[in-house]
Amino acid sequence: MRGHAFEARVKDDGGTGLIRLLCERLGDGPAPPPGPGDVDTPDLAASGPEGRTARTALALREATAAGRWALLDHPMLALSVAGTPAYLEPDAVVVHPDGGWTVVEIKSFAMVDGAADAAKVGAAARQAAVYALALEPVAERVDGASVRHRALLVCPKNFSNLPDAALVDLRKQLATTRRQLDRLTGVADIADGLPEGTTFDLCLADDGRTPTRPAEELAAAVDAVGAAYAPECLAACELAFHCRARSRAADAVQTLGRALRAELGGLTTIEAVLAAAAGEAGDPADPAVAALRRAARLRAESLETAGAASCP
Amino acid sequence: MSLIGTLARLEAARDGRARPLATVRHRHIAGKPLVFVPLTTAGEAGAPLGALVGTERDAPRLLVVAQPRDRDLRSAFLAELADAMLPHIEEFADAVEREERKETDPATGRKVPVEVELCADAPQLVVPSAAGVEYVRLLGRSMRFRRTAEQDPDAPHPAPPRVPLLGRWLTHFGERSRVPGSSLLLAMTQVLGRHWATGQSVLEDQHLGALLAWIDPPEETSGAAAALRAELARDAEGLLVHPPAGPATDPVFDNKRLAPAIARYDQARTEVLRSSPHRFTTAHRALAGAELEIRDLLLGQLRPTWDAVWHGIDLLRALPEGARVGERWKRDRWSYTAHRDRVRAGEPPQPRRDDAVTAARKLSARETAQAQLDAQEALDDPLVMAGRRLAGEAFAGRVTDVVMEYSEAKIPRPRPLVTLRTQDAPHVADGVKLHRALPDGRAQSAEFVSHGPDGSLTVRLTGGMGRGKVPEAGSVPEPGDQVCWTLFEHAPRGGPELPEPEQTPWTHGGPPAAAAEAPDPVTAEDHL
Repeated sequence: MRGHAFEARVKDDGGTGLIRLLCERLGDGPAPPPGPGDVDTPDLAASGPEGRTARTALALREATAAGRWALLDHPMLALSVAGTPAYLEPDAVVVHPDGGWTVVEIKSFAMVDGAADAAKVGAAARQAAVYALALEPVAERVDGASVRHRALLVCPKNFSNLPDAALVDLRKQLATTRRQLDRLTGVADIADGLPEGTTFDLCLADDGRTPTRPAEELAAAVDAVGAAYAPECLAACELAFHCRARSRAADAVQTLGRALRAELGGLTTIEAVLAAAAGEAGDPADPAVAALRRAARLRAESLETAGAASCP
Repeated sequence: MSLIGTLARLEAARDGRARPLATVRHRHIAGKPLVFVPLTTAGEAGAPLGALVGTERDAPRLLVVAQPRDRDLRSAFLAELADAMLPHIEEFADAVEREERKETDPATGRKVPVEVELCADAPQLVVPSAAGVEYVRLLGRSMRFRRTAEQDPDAPHPAPPRVPLLGRWLTHFGERSRVPGSSLLLAMTQVLGRHWATGQSVLEDQHLGALLAWIDPPEETSGAAAALRAELARDAEGLLVHPPAGPATDPVFDNKRLAPAIARYDQARTEVLRSSPHRFTTAHRALAGAELEIRDLLLGQLRPTWDAVWHGIDLLRALPEGARVGERWKRDRWSYTAHRDRVRAGEPPQPRRDDAVTAARKLSARETAQAQLDAQEALDDPLVMAGRRLAGEAFAGRVTDVVMEYSEAKIPRPRPLVTLRTQDAPHVADGVKLHRALPDGRAQSAEFVSHGPDGSLTVRLTGGMGRGKVPEAGSVPEPGDQVCWTLFEHAPRGGPELPEPEQTPWTHGGPPAAAAEAPDPVTAEDHL
């Protein structure tokens, strides 16, 4: 609620204030910040996501050719994720008179004394990087256009509702996201491995909200797809509790954290690790097993010493 | 986390119950801690909704903002908060002891001993989680620049008296909590997580209810099952059985209970403003009822967390205190005393951003504190030392042989060679300095000499044996003794001193401006 109200407030003057903030933060160029009426706000309305994407691409081309400031409010971009198009809607994209495009991300968390919560800024930067990636193929087809690698993050200033902004460098997030997208298994390949007839369709009833497909069928469909659960999923995904229960049932060490997985070598289940540590299983020549046994011995020894010291 | 900690976590997951990560308590727990459980309004980053505060577990004081968007009600909340917290914070300011400290005499430039005051004890603030610590910082930031009517009669919306003072104290507590090993402001989840390993990830340990369920599950329940219940169980209406520890509230609670109650309150308030004189009492009674309803709702959300924090305090108190915890608490007392002096001297509130020298000083102090904490925890606790031994930073074993040798100086000094048998594999090379704690608490230095053929190590003692030719009794181990040497110093010191802020070089922005900072401008939509 507050997020929408704040975003509306930031944009309500036709983008002049927003672009002035951007100019202040950029602090480069002799170009004076635009006054009222100097900012174009093209109409992006069209039917369906494909239509809106095409409309956005056209508006970007026209705005770049015009050589003026332009604010694209909620444009629609397409990005190929695992071989299928995903439609994205950034808060805004600014076109500079020199043909540069800047992604604008408007968030409702406060920026107190120029600093905001690091985790939230990181999430916003990752989000903006995805938009920048989606803009790149469009920019390639427009003369003189380039996607800027710094996004403008707009947040409420201190304890008020006035906008404050900071430029966020996206280069690292861009590289990471690009690599992750390249490595994704194609949706078609995943679908090929599933049993015939697997579907995640909820079969909504006529009211548009009540799912009619039985829960067991859905659970079976979800179980058919492998999941790489890590505790970080809990903050991001609605299915995380389901995956966690599965991961716990499988006794996987990753349930306890990604870092643990790294130091345990080839041992992937809790039972296997504890058996190796107790000397009941595992190859003593394996460095991970040897380290585990030393750790177990040291831990038992010091607990014993402490126990003896506290109860004489 | 070391492999030993990982192992504890895996054992906990197998047994369904938390396993110890420490054998002693590594943080100070005050006799009368001030527990503070705040709640914030969803979607209004930072606007307080309510809080429980107090030093008595049976008598928490409930503070509520019935309509979080109302500036006057927020103001009243902050005033009440100052009223509840400041007496406790200031209670320790007057009982002082005398300490001697070396200070540089500005006239001669020499270090001279000066007698200064040190508060005999300090207040301790305990919040449920790391998010609570952040909230304390945020409250401090929002309050410390406010101006009261007395300070600035022309300011619109003056702050109630003492609110800026509480802001300065909360800022100090928040800043201090960033110093490793400090105990002035504790987050219960972090302290419990330091002492126990649960069978879930560190991220899930942020949930105080789940963490406590692993450590001390109800009878005949496994910690794992109790933790899952604490995390997810909802009643017939979809409300969480164990409300979250905050400051954020459960969205289902917000939508189903809080929002309707606040709407009723708003309506009652409009009635009061509109009502004719003869209906005034009825309208007022309705308003009081609406407010009482909100108070009851929030108490229901806050009380379980309040009890959980006290439960955690009990668990921590049951552990014996580490030998060097008192030394670290003394540093907290120094920091409390120093801030007391700054307030008494009428200095302005802490700036929004530290100047270059202050920032560098803080950073270097925190680095030193971290090194000290690492060393002290290892010396206090064999389980922590085991982790250092596993990492090759220390080794322990039984002495097999002691050969007396002497230095070749004019007056020969004892330099005995001690051989010990150990299964540890320290990362040592010839001449590496080693340290050992003597029974009287002093540290003894030594250097590594050689590896023996059968896994034994030989070490030459280089100090801590007194001034004579014959070493002092007890300063040289005897065959059969169990000894532990570390590669790290026991009392690491910080780096070189930094210049005074007035002498900040121009490369770092020059000396900071002397003027106090202006309060935040008042806008129509401030939410804290």
